[in-house]
Amino acid sequence: MAHVTVLLFASYADAFGTRTLEVPVRAPCTVAEVVDAMRSLPGGDRLPSEPLVAVNHVWSAPETLVQSTDEVAVIPPVAGG
Amino acid sequence: MADAAFTDVTHAPLDLGALIARVAGPDAGAIASFVGTVRNVHEGRAVTGIDYEAYEPMASLELARVANEAVARWPGVRVAISHRVGTLVVGDASVAIAVASARRAPALDAVRFVIETLKVRVPIWKREHYVDGTRAWVDPTASAHESAGA
Repeated sequence: MAHVTVLLFASYADAFGTRTLEVPVRAPCTVAEVVDAMRSLPGGDRLPSEPLVAVNHVWSAPETLVQSTDEVAVIPPVAGG
Repeated sequence: MADAAFTDVTHAPLDLGALIARVAGPDAGAIASFVGTVRNVHEGRAVTGIDYEAYEPMASLELARVANEAVARWPGVRVAISHRVGTLVVGDASVAIAVASARRAPALDAVRFVIETLKVRVPIWKREHYVDGTRAWVDPTASAHESAGA
């Protein structure tokens, strides 16, 4: 089954019970499609309507394309400082 | 004299003096600094400590981007930023910033820009420990109040 691996942190790692989530979606696809596929997984109801996403360490928009080799992270509200 | 921008994400205690030494130089007429520390209360709840977690590769890159943006916006300033991760107790420094400039206004303005920008852009999270033994991740977007710490 095709999937995109998503890195999770902090409250999202708690919500999904893992720090690396295999999301059932076929790359290339958009960031929005990755997030939508996450919603049907256990813990997906904890995601906000438009979570922060980084692709290859750069903040990315919902329409950004994700390749199978990209590093994708779905990121909780940041709280540094 | 160091490069115009130094940043790091570290598990070690922060050393503001070392950051000041990095940005100091004979052309500097001002060095402004900021230190964010762990506060003992958040929204009325007594806090004993905070776990700081980072997406470390991106946090390092994003801190460097923020520092470089400050240098681009206030040409001639030198910026040094350290953000600590791991478990901190009340009073510990979580972030330290030093900016040197020929004159005070750019140094003070750049320090403010760096702390305000890193708080909304750098992928770092904090989980507060409360006196009753519970812990919770801080979500600044869920609160109308200023978040804990810096």
